[in-house]
Amino acid sequence: MGDKLKRAELMWLSLAGLLIFFGVWTFAAWVELAPRKFLPLPSQVVERGIELLTQPFSGQTLQGHLAVSIERYLSGFLLAAAVGVPLGLLMGWYRWLDNVITPLFDSLRFIAPIAWVPFAALWFGTGIGGPMMIIFAGAFAPCLINAYRGARFVDPKYIEAAQVYGASGPRIVYEVLLPASLPSIIAGLRISAGAGWQSLIGAELIAANSGVGLMMVRAQGALDTSIVMVGMVAVGVFGMLVDVALRGIEKRVQRKRGH
Amino acid sequence: MANIVLDNVSRSFRRDGKEFLALDRVSFVCNEHEFVAVVGPSGCGKTTCMRMAAGLDFPGSGSVKVGGKVVKAPGPDRAVVFQQFALFPWKTVYENIEFGLRSLGVGRDEAADRIARNLKLMNLEGYESAYPHQLSGGMQQRVAIARAYVLNPDVLLMDEPFGALDAQTRTVMQEELLRVGRANPRTVMFITHAVDEAVYLADRVVVMTRRPGTIMQIVDVKPVRDAEDWQKYERIEDVMDLESFVHLRTRIWRLLREQHQPGDH
Repeated sequence: MGDKLKRAELMWLSLAGLLIFFGVWTFAAWVELAPRKFLPLPSQVVERGIELLTQPFSGQTLQGHLAVSIERYLSGFLLAAAVGVPLGLLMGWYRWLDNVITPLFDSLRFIAPIAWVPFAALWFGTGIGGPMMIIFAGAFAPCLINAYRGARFVDPKYIEAAQVYGASGPRIVYEVLLPASLPSIIAGLRISAGAGWQSLIGAELIAANSGVGLMMVRAQGALDTSIVMVGMVAVGVFGMLVDVALRGIEKRVQRKRGH
Repeated sequence: MANIVLDNVSRSFRRDGKEFLALDRVSFVCNEHEFVAVVGPSGCGKTTCMRMAAGLDFPGSGSVKVGGKVVKAPGPDRAVVFQQFALFPWKTVYENIEFGLRSLGVGRDEAADRIARNLKLMNLEGYESAYPHQLSGGMQQRVAIARAYVLNPDVLLMDEPFGALDAQTRTVMQEELLRVGRANPRTVMFITHAVDEAVYLADRVVVMTRRPGTIMQIVDVKPVRDAEDWQKYERIEDVMDLESFVHLRTRIWRLLREQHQPGDH
């Protein structure tokens, strides 16, 4: 709130924040506040990152590790959305389903995604199955909750109009609740996307045979902080890109509705 | 027989933990092909009467029947035109009008035909693929009316359908409604607080009291209209100039005024 800043001013401020961050980092590394091994220069991290594009570390190049992580991530996230969103909408319309699912859901959702790791590793292994389940555990709840809330708070006048014009229950869910809750659903997908990605990297740190998380753990073992940092940057940038893409979809939906 | 019968209907609502009576033993009938307007002060429960005929609300005691059957649920045999349009913002004009036809299982070609006819009737040609938010209030309401007309329903329930329109558009819509009604008579329950409109459109006018809503009087318009041959006038202002029209309007006005207590606004 407060005073309104112009776009250009905001951009300068963001840039200033980044510059200060890298300035402090460079300075701290330069004067060797900590040994270089633990606190490399930003330029060294960049160099290491470029090296990793061609030289495999722990059996894969950087993009190789990323590709494995992204594949697991997308399959887990899409599964969570494909189950969570329709289930949430149906729970918003069919009271009995709400009563069946909610107690189960409420008791399971307080288990942190990371806490699923031992179980997931035992049941689905450390390839794609286990990590997928962990992402699912992280991404499922926001998908379901937002779809459910969206459906419950649809303006009753639309539901009444649909009933008056003879729509059946499934048709009301698909043609009224779904489009009316779309803004809420997309907000849920954004939260899910972030939570899923975070849980995947967390899972890979503990139990995986490949992926960015594994790369970082191995680098830790080799006392190579640069690679750890390259991994963190890659994780952060990819997470941001996903959010930007989802925000784009959100804007398009709003524009179509005349907001 | 597509008539609407409200028999001794009472209904109370809870608000802020207090129960209040909205409708008190209300009985009236809309006969088949009869146009009945319900007028009364705001909050008198006239909209509740319509909602009960639509199956969107239910009596606490008494019964509401349409075509001899107790109303249990909403359905496309009773098309509703809502006061706040209630068009689906995520559907185009065409898709909005098509919505009820799909419930009835009307085929694609026939649906396209009927929709085209109603778009023409409502002066909406060329706006098929527009979204509601791109239209003016008057046009949105015309879409809402087309969505109801296209079903060719036995019963038409209208809740202040012209309330949000500007005076010119409203006049055109009123003349249109009368014209369409003559060509294709159906049972209409029309909720309004505009006395002019009620007398101009209706065969009978049900006058309600303020809360709790009861029926104060039912005024017969049709005998006067037929005797004075209002139908030979095409324009609403010509009818409204007639002594017989003014007389009826004043009579209903007086009924509504009587219940206006000092201190009210």
